[in-house]
Amino acid sequence: MDIPYTVEERSDTGLFNAKLGIWLFLASEVMLFGGLFSAYIFLRFGAPDGAFHEWGQELNIPLATLNTLILISSSVTMVMSWASLKLQDIKKYKLYMGLTLLCALVFLVIKYLEYTAKFDHHIFPSTNTFFAIYFTLTGLHGLHIIGGMIVLFYLWIPGRKMWLSNSEQFTNRVEIVGLYWHFVDLVWIFLFPVLYLL
Amino acid sequence: MSTNHDTKDIQQHIKVYMIVFATLAALTVATVAASYLDLSRGEAIFLALAIASIKGSLVASYFMHLISEKALITWILMLTAVFFFILMLFPMTSFIDQAQLG
Repeated sequence: MDIPYTVEERSDTGLFNAKLGIWLFLASEVMLFGGLFSAYIFLRFGAPDGAFHEWGQELNIPLATLNTLILISSSVTMVMSWASLKLQDIKKYKLYMGLTLLCALVFLVIKYLEYTAKFDHHIFPSTNTFFAIYFTLTGLHGLHIIGGMIVLFYLWIPGRKMWLSNSEQFTNRVEIVGLYWHFVDLVWIFLFPVLYLL
Repeated sequence: MSTNHDTKDIQQHIKVYMIVFATLAALTVATVAASYLDLSRGEAIFLALAIASIKGSLVASYFMHLISEKALITWILMLTAVFFFILMLFPMTSFIDQAQLG
């Protein structure tokens, strides 16, 4: 039996099912990160005056700025991969999806360099409350990047064969993972100033 | 297959994506530059979060197509936003408690 509403829209929601599903999932993700942002505010107010700003000076702003630009670029290549499918250009899709994965990989490598530099300076989550929430937030964000990369890779190579059998459903799949990917970018857009600049 | 109308529509979208990309990159540089300004802590937090909110709105509106999305999704997100702000207010309760305890 076929799964209903993978392409056609339901008359009651006006959406194909996966679109509604991913937005509900993203709403739950807002609350997940919201809980941790709430914890950040709590810890910041609870720390001695100016301590969070001072502890944050240990972080590498140029590297984080570069990572922000890389993640924004990956959002553009992601949306371009979807647009390429809409234009029936599978070659460009492959190129843009590959670039998205490359950006994600570079982001993780930079994050690895940042983490190892901290560990080399004996800075760990247990060092103080700032680094406890820093490692928690950036670690959870990094896990989201890794999870996204697994799905992106699937749609880049093994899952691409669906383009031949059901191009509309495949395009919808790419749109759905794109929404997730943009959300991960959006979270970083707030993490960057909150952790590195304030 | 896509029609000519669809193709023109998507090509128009692509132009918008490029403009949004350039704006996001410029705002990222502006965020970093603003952090070096001689501002009070409150002003710096307000400015950084204001720029981040603009960037976030651009991503949500154009890359996530919220600007042209169905009403149901807008309602879901508005409900989420209400709960999100309640969550942000939770830490404040501890400070009210502290103030009452003197």
